[in-house]
Amino acid sequence: MEWVNAVLQGTLLGGLYALFAAGLSLIFGVMRLVNIAHGDLIVLAAYLALSITAGFGLHPLLALLLVVPAMGLLGYALQRGLINFTMGGDILPPLLVTFGLSVIIQNGLLMGYTADPQKLQAGALETASLTLLGLTAGVLPLLTFALAVAVIGALQWMFYRTAMGRAFRATSDRQDVALLMGLNRAHVFGLAMALSLAVTAIAGVLLGIRTGFDPAGGGARLIFGFEAVIIGGLGNLWGTLAGGVILGIAQAIGGQIHPGLQILAGHLVFLAVLAVRPRGLFPKMEG
Amino acid sequence: MAEPLLAIDRLDVFHGDFQALYGVEAEIAAGEMVAVIGANGAGKTTLLSALAGLLPRPAAAIRWQGSPIGALRADRVARLGIALVPEGRLLFPSLTIEENLIIGGRMGRRGPWGLEAVYRLFPILRERRAFAPAQLSGGQQQMAAIGRALMANPALILIDEISLGLAPVVVRQLYEVLPAIVGEGMAAIVVEQDTSRALSVSRRFYCLQEGRVALAGASGSVTREAIGRAYFGV
Amino acid sequence: MDVTRASRLTRLAGIAGLLLVVLLALAPWWAGRADLRLLGEVFLYMALATLWNLLAGYAGLVSVGQQAYVGLGGYLLFALTILAGLPVPLALPLVLAAGAVVAVPVALLIFRLRGAYFAIGSWVIAEVFRLVAAQVAALGGGSGASLPPAVVRTLAEGRDLREAMAYWLAFGLATAVLAAAVAILRSRHGLALTAIRDNELAAKSLGIDIWRTKLLVYVAVGALTALAGALIFLQKLRISPDAAFAVNDWTAFVIFIVVIGGIGTLEGPILGTLVFFALRETMADLGTIYLIALGAVAIAVMLKAPQGLWGLIRARTGAELFPLSRKVTGIPSGS
Ligand SMILES: Nc1ncnc2c1ncn2[C@@H]1O[C@H](COP(=O)(O)OP(=O)(O)OP(=O)(O)O)[C@@H](O)[C@H]1O
Ligand SMILES: [Mg+2]
Repeated sequence: MEWVNAVLQGTLLGGLYALFAAGLSLIFGVMRLVNIAHGDLIVLAAYLALSITAGFGLHPLLALLLVVPAMGLLGYALQRGLINFTMGGDILPPLLVTFGLSVIIQNGLLMGYTADPQKLQAGALETASLTLLGLTAGVLPLLTFALAVAVIGALQWMFYRTAMGRAFRATSDRQDVALLMGLNRAHVFGLAMALSLAVTAIAGVLLGIRTGFDPAGGGARLIFGFEAVIIGGLGNLWGTLAGGVILGIAQAIGGQIHPGLQILAGHLVFLAVLAVRPRGLFPKMEG
Repeated sequence: MAEPLLAIDRLDVFHGDFQALYGVEAEIAAGEMVAVIGANGAGKTTLLSALAGLLPRPAAAIRWQGSPIGALRADRVARLGIALVPEGRLLFPSLTIEENLIIGGRMGRRGPWGLEAVYRLFPILRERRAFAPAQLSGGQQQMAAIGRALMANPALILIDEISLGLAPVVVRQLYEVLPAIVGEGMAAIVVEQDTSRALSVSRRFYCLQEGRVALAGASGSVTREAIGRAYFGV
Repeated sequence: MDVTRASRLTRLAGIAGLLLVVLLALAPWWAGRADLRLLGEVFLYMALATLWNLLAGYAGLVSVGQQAYVGLGGYLLFALTILAGLPVPLALPLVLAAGAVVAVPVALLIFRLRGAYFAIGSWVIAEVFRLVAAQVAALGGGSGASLPPAVVRTLAEGRDLREAMAYWLAFGLATAVLAAAVAILRSRHGLALTAIRDNELAAKSLGIDIWRTKLLVYVAVGALTALAGALIFLQKLRISPDAAFAVNDWTAFVIFIVVIGGIGTLEGPILGTLVFFALRETMADLGTIYLIALGAVAIAVMLKAPQGLWGLIRARTGAELFPLSRKVTGIPSGS
């Protein structure tokens, strides 16, 4: 039973990792960019929610109404004001610029909020749980998982069923021909980053309620998100959810064996997938 | 004299350090069909790409209804009503045929062309609309590429190598619909390797040779010898 | 006609460089203890920067996980001396060899990731190493361990001589790394690297085995970075997983040094290290602002002057201190 429970908790944790990963996956899909600052932006979103909940006395989930658009705007501005200037094909500039951004965000947060760990207070939501068939699951992890499924479903729908999704795919396919369709590449990339950071906002708030955060925590979030993307297979959003779940289960089982093994077990599963199936477990099918 | 739709004046275009066009002069009136001919590497694709805004070119060298457009980015040029059917078709591989058409019409310019009209022109595309471009034959892909450009209801359509790599019967089909397209009041610049076909559908022509206009005139009155000389520079 | 790599400036630089090397080798006689330590640290960073530059600037392997090897080297030194009882002079070459041995399977794994994904993959490796180190109870687990005085004495008797030895090791490593970099870049492999960096396809068509060349560089850099790590923690005398595998200290700073100094040049990392320490010594009181400024400067350099400070200097003066680029001299006139 303990083990079944570990798998359940790991699956639910995987929802959070899928939320870390979805934004990363999206911008890689549209513009082949790997944003090293992605994890720090997740943490930044959590701090933003912290200030909003403190300032207005809002519940953190309600604060999402402000944090999501704020992060979206930030994403658009960041892309058009900075990252677009690095998108020439050489991999070094975007990598190093987002790396620099990561250090700036981390230290900016350190100045603004000190190094003390923080947590978003969500009241009864944090402790509420449901019991079914002898298994107990927290309402918050369940909600997180449901949100992850909803976010990925929405992204999938946006990508394959809307005009914006067509613009994303067309720009990703052939940037110069997309221009001929009147698509402004800089704007399309800005929208993709806006969307990525909007998802990041959700991830950050849920992270903040669930485990707390500090300015140095971005790296780990980037890595978890990255591992979920690679395990699931590049360019496959549902695969990313599966990757997050696999990572979460690996960590939960590792933690069950020995608390020191929790994170390590996740990394080892990732490396094993990389060794055996370098394109991920569910690589994108053509057509 | 009325302002031409598009006027090209001393157009120099470079690929990096390599100069591909030298002082090209040309113009096209609204609703007119003009052919651009020339040997391999003469600069035809370069000319159309520069007109569409895909290559850097002098700001004042291209005028659209009297205003210079040489400094505009390609997406801005497209919004003016200039559509390019690129060499090699270049459909979006991860979009279905129908999505390729729809994205061509996303700028929302008014005019006769829409999904229904394109499907009426090329009925096979309606059958294949849910397919990926790679699942279509070369000729069908060319139809989709033309359809995608028509969807923009452009005032000027630039078509690079309609017939490249296509079966003769398909080529004949495509040329049969060309007058219908231009008949809607759209101007067209058609690049073609097959000189006699190009001359037979167009009103005027320009012949490029090593980046320069070697000959230009009315398509009906030019002799084979003159074309041959302009083509190969002998 | 004669193809030579040495211009007048490089020859002058060579003579000046030789004098400088002698002067620096004598530092224990003219520098105070604190200055000597600082100089040692400068040289270790110079070595790390040159090594990272070989990876990212020449081999196109942009790693953000080199702290894996710094930490590995540090921990291996502690393990070999404390647990296996080896004297430090014997442990150091073993660290070098072990670094190479570990780098091979790591490369086999993360070479499957391309470009930016390779970067994050290398970071995952560093995290794995850190978490494993935290599980080694014999070296203090998560809280780390100190180097006992008995071990330290195996380096040299007497504090002054020990400090001098630590300095000479750091200085020696930096010089050796630089010399190795020059040698690699002047070799056939160096040509291959430049070809790879400029164009993988072209390199392939030249019949260069890109994968093997990259592997070679990765393993050599891994081994030398591990040795640098051992020397760093030999100087610090204390190690913990968080300090040993710190992404900020061993990778972020190193990347900023190389980017600001000039990536893809040999002079860049040296100049960058000097700038970095000059800034640190004058601005370190500012703490986090200093780091923010460093990040911002690195971004600005990447966008506005991707060749870095040395690139700017070279564009102005044509200067080149290391005899790398081939110049054709003495073309007979009128032929
Ligand atoms: N991207 C490029 N980089 C460098 N040179 C180019 C590039 N594209 C074309 N060229 C050169 O510019 C010249 C004109 O090429 P262009 O493609 O415009 O000719 P074309 O008339 O369209 O030929 P074709 O009939 O083969 O399509 C050629 O000499 C070609 O080699
Ligand atoms: Mg052509």
